[in-house]
Amino acid sequence: MTIALPGTQTTSVQPVDRPVTRKGGRGARSGKPGPVAYTLLTLVALISIFPLYWTLVAGSHTNADIAATPPPFLPNASLFENFRAALDQAPIGKAILNSVIVSSSITIGTVLFCTLAGFAFAKLKFKGQGVLLALVIGTMMVPTQLSVIPLFMMVADLQWVNQLQAVIFPTLVSAFGVFFMRQYLISSLPNELLEAGKVDGASTFRIFWSIVIPIARPAMAVLAMLTFLTAWNEFFWPLIALTTANPTVQVALAGLGSGYIPQQSVIMAGTLLGTLPVLIVFTILGKQIVGGIMQGAVKG
Amino acid sequence: MTIASQAPAELHGASAASTTTAPGSAPRRRRKSLTENRWGYAYVAPFFLVFAAFSLYPFMYTAWVSLHRTSLSNIDGGTWVGLDNYRNLLQSEFFWNALRNTFTIGILATVPQLCMAIGLAHLLNYKLRGRTFFRTVMLMPYATSIAAATLVFSQLFGRDYGLINTMLEAVGLERIDWQSGTVSSQVAIAVIVTWRWTGYNALIYLAAMQAIPGELYEAAEIDGANKWKQFLHVTVPSLRPTILFTVVVSTIGAVQLFGEPLLFGATNSTSGGSSGQYQTLGLLMYQQGWSNFHIGQAATTAWMMFMIILLIVGINAAISRLRNRAER
Repeated sequence: MTIALPGTQTTSVQPVDRPVTRKGGRGARSGKPGPVAYTLLTLVALISIFPLYWTLVAGSHTNADIAATPPPFLPNASLFENFRAALDQAPIGKAILNSVIVSSSITIGTVLFCTLAGFAFAKLKFKGQGVLLALVIGTMMVPTQLSVIPLFMMVADLQWVNQLQAVIFPTLVSAFGVFFMRQYLISSLPNELLEAGKVDGASTFRIFWSIVIPIARPAMAVLAMLTFLTAWNEFFWPLIALTTANPTVQVALAGLGSGYIPQQSVIMAGTLLGTLPVLIVFTILGKQIVGGIMQGAVKG
Repeated sequence: MTIASQAPAELHGASAASTTTAPGSAPRRRRKSLTENRWGYAYVAPFFLVFAAFSLYPFMYTAWVSLHRTSLSNIDGGTWVGLDNYRNLLQSEFFWNALRNTFTIGILATVPQLCMAIGLAHLLNYKLRGRTFFRTVMLMPYATSIAAATLVFSQLFGRDYGLINTMLEAVGLERIDWQSGTVSSQVAIAVIVTWRWTGYNALIYLAAMQAIPGELYEAAEIDGANKWKQFLHVTVPSLRPTILFTVVVSTIGAVQLFGEPLLFGATNSTSGGSSGQYQTLGLLMYQQGWSNFHIGQAATTAWMMFMIILLIVGINAAISRLRNRAER
């Protein structure tokens, strides 16, 4: 199975803002951007933010208000009323708590298992390694739809329907994570360090714990952020495994939209509530997430 | 270059390096690599256990289910029907409609998106003031969930109360019923996908652009190439592996498109619009299984989706291989 991944020829994971780039020796083209560049970028930035801002505005106006010409461009206090209405219509508070539990569990599991496996694929030798790695990479092409039906049967057999473990366990590992950790460790973990550990008589586990983990930590952090984000936004499987009685945020949002008389302002207020946690996290960690995605792109 | 072929080469390189370090102590080394051998399995075991239980097994079992007439209410008791489900699916107008829609929405959602992402990456690659700000803001749509994004855009694209129609009217154009038209609804859904993914792909391209050696540009400049020519003849060719990667990933995503058409119009309907005008394969599969309770048919659709992905990935790989060969 052959997928070309970006920059397959570069084996090293490089920090995004390499000093070389800053000096302009590599990569960064042409000293100064003109006003056109800034205008375009500002436009794109506005388009990126506007729909999110619009949830705030539409969440605080009635259908009729929002359709006025010119439309309102500022939120007002009825937003809080609509928050309350949204919380009445869907258990958004519970959904946020559920999403925190689910996403955290998935993140811990994924980072742990993928670091272990990534280390083995990067630095240990065992029979069938190439085949197993190809298997991992091959699964990135398999659509979610392909596993959902047997998973649903399994979950029904285990009586897990509508329970959080139904959405935690199947998502506990990620092929991308294994590959990501492998690529990072190949370049960042010096073989001499492992050899030295062995000479000192450290057990393999000891080596993993006191040599591999400290070196892998930056990549683990990146993987954790990306996994949390993906898990929080997971839609298809939770929609099948859970109901609106015990939903994650995404399932609750889907339920908001299915009311008989859709009240846009309430839907928007609910959407805002469900998106706020991840937006707050993103505001704090955005720079690191950006770095992580670019790092992941150069790996390969 | 292929991962599968690259991996063993690298591993081989690693083993060669470690055997040359101590040529005198061959027996001890062999024993050591034996221990490594066993430990390797221990390290990958947790991953593969979970993976086998929740990915590999379901994947095979779906194929089994697709050969049965199975109802959601009696999930373990299907009757063997051989390839009937596949035959029915290929004769079903709903399947061909969904396939057509998946294809057109896929094109509408990925082609402009990836082109814009390259342009955006080019802009982000300048020495910008506030570049962290720009990069972070452009990634915000990616952090927004499909459900949230679709609900907001459904509001924006609303026929009576939507901001976009208000704007169209304000500049003297006609209101558009975004949801009921085939082209308009598919464009609207493509806009949602594009909004969520353009920034992400721009960052991927940006990372690849930063890895292009500056000498290439200097050489091009000496040859008298202007900025645009440099972009066309240095940047784009160097990005080719990355472009191929993003095309493959976006295509896989497009084939699976589900949440956007399900929630578009905030109706949460599995039919993909009143006349199925934006019904996709992913949505059809969900409808067959969880609205019509016909799990066997849903499994069949899932397998068809996988085969379509394999076909597209195969074509992509073949094209890139041919091109590489032609260049050599």
